[in-house]
Amino acid sequence: MSILVNKDTRVLVQGLTGKTGTFHTEQALAYYGTKMVGGIHPKKGGQVWTGNVGDGTADLPIFASVAEGKERTGADASVVYVPPAGAGAAIIEAIDAEIPLIVCITEGIPVSDMVKVKRRLEKSSSRLLGPNCPGVLTPEECKIGIMPGNIFKKGSVGVVSRSGTLTYEAVFQTTNEGLGQTTAVGIGGDPVKGTEFIDVLEMFLADDETKSIIMIGEIGGSAEEDAAQFLADEAKKGRSKPTVGFIAGRTAPPGRTMGHAGAVISGGKGGAEDKIAAMEEAGIRVSPSPAQLGKTLVELLKG
Amino acid sequence: MNIHEYQAKALLKSFGAPVAEGVPIFSADEAAGAAAKLPGPLYVVKSQIHAGGRGKGKFKELPAEAKGGVRLASSVDEVVSHASEMLGNTLVTKQTGEHGKQVNRLYIEDGADIDRELYLSILVDRTVGRPAFVVSTEGGMDIEAVAEETPEKILTLPIDPDTGVTDADAAQLCDALKLEGEARSDGMTLFPILYKAFVEKDMSLLEVNPLIVMENGRLRVLDAKVSFDGNALFRQDDVVALRDTTEEDEKEIEASKFDLAYVALDGNIGCMVNGAGLAMATMDIIKLYGAEPANFLDVGGGASKEKVTAAFKIITADPAVEGILVNIFGGIMRCDTIAEGVVAAVKEVGLKVPLVVRLEGTNVEKGKRIINESGLNVIAADDLDDAAQKIVKAVKGA
Repeated sequence: MSILVNKDTRVLVQGLTGKTGTFHTEQALAYYGTKMVGGIHPKKGGQVWTGNVGDGTADLPIFASVAEGKERTGADASVVYVPPAGAGAAIIEAIDAEIPLIVCITEGIPVSDMVKVKRRLEKSSSRLLGPNCPGVLTPEECKIGIMPGNIFKKGSVGVVSRSGTLTYEAVFQTTNEGLGQTTAVGIGGDPVKGTEFIDVLEMFLADDETKSIIMIGEIGGSAEEDAAQFLADEAKKGRSKPTVGFIAGRTAPPGRTMGHAGAVISGGKGGAEDKIAAMEEAGIRVSPSPAQLGKTLVELLKG
Repeated sequence: MNIHEYQAKALLKSFGAPVAEGVPIFSADEAAGAAAKLPGPLYVVKSQIHAGGRGKGKFKELPAEAKGGVRLASSVDEVVSHASEMLGNTLVTKQTGEHGKQVNRLYIEDGADIDRELYLSILVDRTVGRPAFVVSTEGGMDIEAVAEETPEKILTLPIDPDTGVTDADAAQLCDALKLEGEARSDGMTLFPILYKAFVEKDMSLLEVNPLIVMENGRLRVLDAKVSFDGNALFRQDDVVALRDTTEEDEKEIEASKFDLAYVALDGNIGCMVNGAGLAMATMDIIKLYGAEPANFLDVGGGASKEKVTAAFKIITADPAVEGILVNIFGGIMRCDTIAEGVVAAVKEVGLKVPLVVRLEGTNVEKGKRIINESGLNVIAADDLDDAAQKIVKAVKGA
């Protein structure tokens, strides 16, 4: 098993016709034939998108709305590459079309737009991953978003992270250690987002094939502390899996936003040390170096 | 993006919030004219810098017993003498660091008779994904200290974006602030106004500290600190017009022109990394091996050769930099693009300090070949640990 996506997941692309959407859709099609089923463009409905895949080309139908695309293709997921100014509205369109899984890659969406999205999500049954995230990938089955497929290997580690490149580090290292991954999930670097650590950790705990977990957090907010508390509570109920953690931003100065809109220590809260302490207290093995994630997990698994 | 107090107050006033009359000035010559426009007899002369703690701050150039960055005056003459003493001098507060900030603008404001000082702010509460009011009866002091010592005196109230501030919300805020009589009816009006300003102007922080109850029983915004969501500036032209670039680091301004996420720091190892998380982790690991990063720099996921070149030039232009670490995990970012950018930049500006490069991921072999064939004196590294150890050793050995 895997979480969130598998070989049967059917994906629409919002923002397919742009440069970014086109490139990553080609990459997804080339990755074990991820079922990309169509694109959305309000003015180009009825046209056909053609991309380069391997040595040949692939065609996808373009629909004028997400609702039409879902109706015509049976899509159960959507990926959003729409530029920041329109991305919030694009997510809301997907929520209104009752797409079960929406993955937003776009970085730079105004927070007030995400506040509106979040409110809309609360009233729906859709799940949003991101925004400002690298997406989700289940090895050899489905790739939604921008993660490089070539570093993955089918295996037993569940990876969840607020950072794109640190996700790649965790994936690459667990591949090199021979462990491989069940699914890697980027939840994104924005302060207001659709899915938090706890949501993904719950899925990994429930997934039989996921034998261990790597969780990568960073400064800002208290999602890591909440996740640590969640894991500690679940462990008391007898549900636990070996977990390695990492927190980026130990050296970040307070009050400064470190690239990710959500990565800021404000009002004395959101610092790395508090997060690390909470994670260690919950039994998570925190790696001091992002280069040691795989090795730390191997040691932990040896016991 | 931050703005000055006087700009924040003008903005809040335009939404209907009660603020004192005031006039900003840029030179001491304007002080008498500014004061003459105010009712008197009490004036406040306030340094306008993007940092808090101004009242307790000290001017570097003045004797230790000189008054701080916010001063009371009881005559126009006194306003003028304060203004000439403050303008152009460097104010050091607990938020400016020891370098301090030069005071180039003053705000001359009508004085107020204060009965009580309260705290109010609005920010986005990320745990619920909604704007939230934070209020306390303990105004005029550091809210972090209040949170530490008497957390029961702080109320956090998230607002439903579908309804905005309801009467019940406003009443709850009034209760928490113990507002009665005219102050209470002022509060019932003021809280929705502040929320509207926060949402419509895409603010990330609106802090009124203190909000005061005056001796006449009315509410007034005595100080105002406003920050805006940088991601929303594209639709806030009037806010962008308030930007004061003299308050910002020159390297950060240059980086923003190229859409690079850059934060200047105090160390001596310059970093160029792709991805915010990895960039932070790179800083952390430099520290772990006993040195200090000179900057945070995320070149982003889809950087061009030109962007990489610009990033490299910004790092090398920093005189504090004694060594450079380039750390790339190419997912979308291709290693050969980074390599070409670095080689082009070095050819243009030269390389006077040790350079360690760690490349991994997409097109890594091609990237390594470009670096090797360039003939540059580059120290190659295998992983992040190795890279950090090598640059720290190179800098300490130098």
